[in-house]
Amino acid sequence: MNQIGRATPRLEGRSKVTGRADYVHNLRLPGMLYGKIFRSTVAHGRIRSIDVSDARAADGVFAVVTGEDIKTLIPNPYYGPAFHDQPILALDKVRYVGEAVAVVLAADPHAAERAVQLIAADYEELPPVFDEVEAVTSTAIVHDELKPAGTFADLKHLAGRKNTNVALDYQLRRGDVKRAMESADHVLEHVFKTQQCMHTPLEPIVAVAEPGDGTLTLHSSCQTPSFVRMEIARLLGWPENRVTVKVPFLGGGFGAKVYVKAEALAAALALLVRRPVKIALTMEEQFYTITKHATTFRIRSGITKDGRVVARECDVYWNGGAYADIGPRVAQKSGFTAAGPYDIENIRIDSYEVYTNRPPAGALRGFGIPQLVWAYECHTDLLAREIGMDPLEFRRKNILADGRPQATGTIMQDAAIGKVLDAIAERMNWSAPFDRGTGTLRRGRGLGIGFKASISPTTSGAIVNVSADGSVVVYTNTIDMGQGSDTAMAQIVAETLDIRTEDVKVVHGNTDVAPYDMGTLGSRSTFHMGNAVKRAAEDARAKLAALAAEVGLPAGTNYAFNEIFKKRYGMQAGNVIGTGTYIPSYKPTDSKTGQSDNVTPFWMIGGAGAEVEVDTETGHVRVLRLVNAADCGRPLNPKVARSQLSGAAIMQLGFTLYETMEFDGGQVTNASFADYKIPGFRDIPVLDVELVAATQSNGPFGAKGLGESGTFGVSPAIANAIHDAVGIRLTELPIRAEAVLRALRLAEGRPIEAEE
Amino acid sequence: MSASRTIEFTLNGRKESAAIETHWTLVELLNRFGLGGARESCGQGLCGCCTVLLDGVAVSGCLYLAVAADGKSIATVEALDQSGTLSPVQQAFIDSGAFQCGFCTPGFVLMTHQLLERNPDPSEDDIRHYLSGNLCRCAAYPEIVEAVRAAARAIKQSR
Repeated sequence: MNQIGRATPRLEGRSKVTGRADYVHNLRLPGMLYGKIFRSTVAHGRIRSIDVSDARAADGVFAVVTGEDIKTLIPNPYYGPAFHDQPILALDKVRYVGEAVAVVLAADPHAAERAVQLIAADYEELPPVFDEVEAVTSTAIVHDELKPAGTFADLKHLAGRKNTNVALDYQLRRGDVKRAMESADHVLEHVFKTQQCMHTPLEPIVAVAEPGDGTLTLHSSCQTPSFVRMEIARLLGWPENRVTVKVPFLGGGFGAKVYVKAEALAAALALLVRRPVKIALTMEEQFYTITKHATTFRIRSGITKDGRVVARECDVYWNGGAYADIGPRVAQKSGFTAAGPYDIENIRIDSYEVYTNRPPAGALRGFGIPQLVWAYECHTDLLAREIGMDPLEFRRKNILADGRPQATGTIMQDAAIGKVLDAIAERMNWSAPFDRGTGTLRRGRGLGIGFKASISPTTSGAIVNVSADGSVVVYTNTIDMGQGSDTAMAQIVAETLDIRTEDVKVVHGNTDVAPYDMGTLGSRSTFHMGNAVKRAAEDARAKLAALAAEVGLPAGTNYAFNEIFKKRYGMQAGNVIGTGTYIPSYKPTDSKTGQSDNVTPFWMIGGAGAEVEVDTETGHVRVLRLVNAADCGRPLNPKVARSQLSGAAIMQLGFTLYETMEFDGGQVTNASFADYKIPGFRDIPVLDVELVAATQSNGPFGAKGLGESGTFGVSPAIANAIHDAVGIRLTELPIRAEAVLRALRLAEGRPIEAEE
Repeated sequence: MSASRTIEFTLNGRKESAAIETHWTLVELLNRFGLGGARESCGQGLCGCCTVLLDGVAVSGCLYLAVAADGKSIATVEALDQSGTLSPVQQAFIDSGAFQCGFCTPGFVLMTHQLLERNPDPSEDDIRHYLSGNLCRCAAYPEIVEAVRAAARAIKQSR
């Protein structure tokens, strides 16, 4: 019926434009209490005392809860997907400014807010460490002992390690880097840095916990219901089936809502006070909860005089903040792609996840890849400049082609890197003359291309239910947070069962009814859950055919589903349930060499081209045009896919040009939209998006994920374009007018500081 | 610490009254009536998710005090399809795919209504300027421009 490749409008459109779509943000339960959080004012310190007496006595306050109170319910209240390092409320120590220390519960949120102001804590301050490179050798130790969760095999060797802030030291070794560097005609080394930023989903992180009779229901704005159920059950010492996690629509996620965020606190409070409890963070509080890693990346390459990269060394330091969250996976998984989408025989990578006294960092649209592409694609342009080669030609010469081994040794397959590069070059009309501007307005253009491995090991399960009237429901724990997964899953079911997409109902995340899924993260749903849903629909189709044969309907004829049920049950009754599971094959990377011949089920490819205009008097950069191309296999829904690419590119534009968390002694000083600027209507350049013609052979109907691909090339494309325009190289994000002006004036030999 | 008052107002065409605390915002008042289309997000009147029309003029419902709505007419996104049919703006947002997560969408829809009432044939620059007080973190901005233009065409044709 051609449901695939069709620009089907989103199934939930009506509920979203009428304001009736269901978000936990709007949920109110009878008897519900609001929890408001008292947060640490020091970056690193031992808790001497917490005085909650005035807060407890305040009007309208139901209860005040500290970390010690949580311990009466959960003796070991530490959680996290990679390390069990994060207490539900601070215990003994605080590790960053903004850490949750105590909670006031009240029926009126304003009463709770007022009482929070009456809490006083006394800390013995300890020396903090904020920089990711300093933290590697610092005597300020954030955690006394490393506590891997046990989920990931490559973290187990870290158990019990003391006196270190390094939460993961991933290493990759390929070829003979030393010899290749010696044989190279040119060796260049650069250091690039990125800043800490925040996802700022417009629906701030929120969870409502509802205690039952020996059970607990969590309504959460969460990308990972299956994980939340497991983690909450583990904390409580309960079997998983006593915990239910329900997830309606998300008002944005971008990685901020993976794993446990507000859920453990809401759950513990609800069970302590035997009332439903809502923990709804404010926009400000989100900045104290989860962020994007700041990074330092030292990259060194040896090249031949005709432009072949023969060796590359990468040292990447990830600023994980005070709690590991999923940071160690970022350091490992993104780490093994740090040498870029290039065919390089000799590679050394060392990637360090480092604890500091900043707010925790985790996943943010790209899982570390945008930080890496920023560095290696700026570096690539500098290599091309060194030998006077066109940056496009230099890239083409070194591109990693299908059939060649990636740095891990995995042979590349279905990775249209060359095609993406060609698409950008063509749309930018790269070979044609370019208007370089005049006077104080100078123009330039630049490129950037990156790649990402998908997630593994991983599992997705789905159920397809055909009712007796022939209508179809699909149950998954994939969460539609705006990326259009409901519509994509319905299209897959519809195509398989030969019905209309609009006639498939998609049941939202609910751990009581839908099977396990690792999570809606890492652009994995189209591929992993898409494969599981396709299998479930195929299973239903086979069962329907068997049932049809059983009631004597001739094979190969067209019959309505309801006829089969009517013949079988004598009335409108019964169901056909199809199930499907998808578990891609995978081999973990070797702990010493980082090698694996099967490191990912698929590769995501994304690139960008930028045309900019730089005002040399003010340093102001205007992005005139932004081209974005990606290999997403065969897109299931081209309209939604294009919207994902342009959305990701605009988000990355914010991280490139203005977004940064400012700190003073560990305190975030711009945790609001008044001071932390995200892209608005006035900031959008001309956008040009292309989905290159490609097929992912093991993907559902040839499709694969793309939610992150649009972010990859944006930052280096802009920095490379600025370099092209005015001859200066910026090595740190964000690229604000001030940084550009300082660099321009430095290059002119009259640095701004010297004048003052 | 807080004071109560009873206010009277028109809500989406119906006369209503409510006993409120004087520190409540419009969003908090609307929540009591089961209306969730106006949402507090940034809490500073900077993102537009809480947009509400008060006597026909858009205000930030997260900042505007409910007590100041006494005697006024409040319209929310939920008013637009009371007839059972989507407004041309709402339909255009669906057709153009002008949203992703949908959290900011009611604000954009209401602002687009106000824009097209005042300027039935806006240029792209007019659209960008008028909607620059609304933020969309999913960045469906290109599709929103397309939707506003489609809505303008649809309204013109229906006249």
